[in-house]
Amino acid sequence: MAFYRAHVLVCGGFPCVAAGCRAVRDAIERSVREHGLEREVRVVETGCLGPCDLGPIVVVYPEGTVYARVTVSDAREIVDEHLLKGRAVKRLEYTGHLPSVSLADDKRTDYFEIQERIVLENVGLIDPDSIEEYIGRDGYHAAGVALTSMSPDEVIETIKSSGLRGRGGAAFPTGVKLGFTARAEDDQKYIICNADEGEPGTFKDRLILEGDPHKVIEGMIILGYSVGASMGYVYIRGEYYLSIERIERAIEEARKYGLLGADIFGSGFDFDIEVKKGAGAYVCGEETALIESMEGKRGEPRQKPPYPGTCGLWGKPTVVNNVETIANVPPIIRNGADWFRQFGTPTSPGTKVYTLTGDVNNKGLIEVPMGITLREVIYGVGGGIPGGRRFKMAQTGGTAGGCLSEAHLDIPMDYENLQEAGSALGSGALLIIDDSHCIVDTACILLHFFEHESCGQCTPCREGTRRLCDIFRKVGELTATEDHLKLARELAEVMQSSSLCALGQSVAVPLFTILDHYADEIKAHLEGRCPAGVCRRLPTGVDEEAYVTSHAGGGIK
Amino acid sequence: MSEMRVPAGPGGPSVVCECECDDVFLNEVEKVASMYRGRPEDLVQALHDVQSLRNYLPREALRVVARTLDVPESRVHGVATFYSMFSTRPRGRHIIRICESAPCHVAGAAEIIDSLLDELGVEMGGTTSDKLFTVETSSCLGVCGVAPAIMIDDVVYGNLCAEDLPEILRRYR
Ligand SMILES: Cc1cc2nc3c(=O)[nH]c(=O)nc-3n(C[C@H](O)[C@H](O)[C@H](O)COP(=O)(O)O)c2cc1C
Ligand code: FES
Repeated sequence: MAFYRAHVLVCGGFPCVAAGCRAVRDAIERSVREHGLEREVRVVETGCLGPCDLGPIVVVYPEGTVYARVTVSDAREIVDEHLLKGRAVKRLEYTGHLPSVSLADDKRTDYFEIQERIVLENVGLIDPDSIEEYIGRDGYHAAGVALTSMSPDEVIETIKSSGLRGRGGAAFPTGVKLGFTARAEDDQKYIICNADEGEPGTFKDRLILEGDPHKVIEGMIILGYSVGASMGYVYIRGEYYLSIERIERAIEEARKYGLLGADIFGSGFDFDIEVKKGAGAYVCGEETALIESMEGKRGEPRQKPPYPGTCGLWGKPTVVNNVETIANVPPIIRNGADWFRQFGTPTSPGTKVYTLTGDVNNKGLIEVPMGITLREVIYGVGGGIPGGRRFKMAQTGGTAGGCLSEAHLDIPMDYENLQEAGSALGSGALLIIDDSHCIVDTACILLHFFEHESCGQCTPCREGTRRLCDIFRKVGELTATEDHLKLARELAEVMQSSSLCALGQSVAVPLFTILDHYADEIKAHLEGRCPAGVCRRLPTGVDEEAYVTSHAGGGIK
Repeated sequence: MSEMRVPAGPGGPSVVCECECDDVFLNEVEKVASMYRGRPEDLVQALHDVQSLRNYLPREALRVVARTLDVPESRVHGVATFYSMFSTRPRGRHIIRICESAPCHVAGAAEIIDSLLDELGVEMGGTTSDKLFTVETSSCLGVCGVAPAIMIDDVVYGNLCAEDLPEILRRYR
């Protein structure tokens, strides 16, 4: 391998691509060539570096200097000044700290101290298109160990005792799930990696796939071996063009290296992976709807039981796991269950990857141990609320999660504590809202999402989501009464107990937390007042339909 | 969608619908779909590929897909109308998807929506008269780190404010 004096990492996570990192990378490469530095300086496009709103981000090693919001002309300056003359460009330097950069320099400071990287250990550090770089960081070591020196049962036992729980929302113990499928007798079994990621505010799975695709492949190989499946599928959202491109390339590379295909590591175990594209339906993230979609049908959830573990794709035993769950598997096998258990809490071991969005200074991707408090995340890693405004609400777990108020800032974030607070850890989305927003307007947006994404198969969900939207629109128009709210509660209760899948069942989670935690603000609406000054009464004598369309506040159609 | 039968030409009877589904197009559809012949489970992938020809799925094209993959036409129609990325109505050359989920809403998506519709002179879901753009709302696009965001075809534009829109649209005009 050639030796380079400096490495320039350009963040190629999708948010940075959106912010124009490709042009910046090209400009750096051009400038490096113009100065004849191409044998000394290597330019690498990496996975997400974390703080997405600072993109495009460029990191120069060995110093670990971070440049934020780099433009094409800045790119030239970085090459001229930093790479040629060895002087960092102070003007562009980001003085906060990126966790993914802490390897190079150890001045781990303030906020980022609480971050811990297991899932994201390589994201932002390696070139995702290079299998050599992944192997260079112990990649495929765990698969090698599992396939050549562990029995399938030992693999499952290790995952069981690590206490790993599903990161896709339902938090089911992964080892137990593997056990079901391992015990099912069948000649054909499948592993499905759920990368449908439609939960609003969630973009971790895409950034894992784009930043470290081989880790997901390695995890799938190990899972396949543990249950005796020879085929795996990655089901990715159709809109995730870059994720699809990166994982397909990685699968190709892995095949070339004999890490996918027949007789992997000479163990006699065969495994291959294929990518399936979704086509835009949130409900397809639900495991049985996903399977229907993979069979070429409408993505309508199936009645459970039977569960996919015994009767899944084509009626065969199928393990469906989230991307992040799968990315935890190689480190667990490599380092052991006890190592994993030193992170997080006894009942929720390990870390959690969160995506921080909304009214918070540092938006983006973070990985922290389970059990740290909401306050630590918002005011620590998140850097607080911008513009001197006050914190109003945090919704954990995406649109299907609960809305927590200031009173909940100090609860530890793990499965049990969030559930007790009426919320859920869910997908890891964390939406922070400040006091300039109205809770009723927010509720309308959330309810509209469910109405839009309900697959229409079962009546409670199809009709219930629509009625709830109507009711909250009335609240927002300041014309609702106590009776409307009572009806909303009743509807949500019925949906919770009688919807076919968790989509309809979970509408109650945000709704009840909003009704409970923001009762005063909602009451004000019944009295004709919106404390945040967002909602207005519908003028009399206008065409309601047309008015609503033009004053939708983005939410209600 | 209304359709109309035209008199049989030299090559036998042909069917056209209002979207100019000529034989050349339908042959193309068949060519694309036949890569999935015998694999009805790949219907969703086949529809992706067919849609990429004209940015939507005309009824006649669905018929060809049904025949080629040997699936009932009703099922093909069911799938084509289930997923939000598919459209059975004609759309413009570029599809603009605006995210209207909560993280983008909090970051000011409503203003972006209003400005964009103004700028293009269309209603939500509509196509500009020059057939260049169709505007659709979308649930979270998974780029909330740079909210508010829109997606034009496969390119995402994030951290938007209303003033950015004319410049972005200009690149497609
Ligand atoms: C409406 C709905 C949407 C879901 N979306 C996703 C998703 O996008 N990604 C995901 O991994 N799990 C999603 N799930 C959860 C899956 O059904 C399933 O529990 C999960 O993929 C199992 O993987 P895990 O055990 O690794 O968490 C969704 C569930 C529901 C009800
Ligand atoms: S909420 Fe708009 S991209 Fe996620």
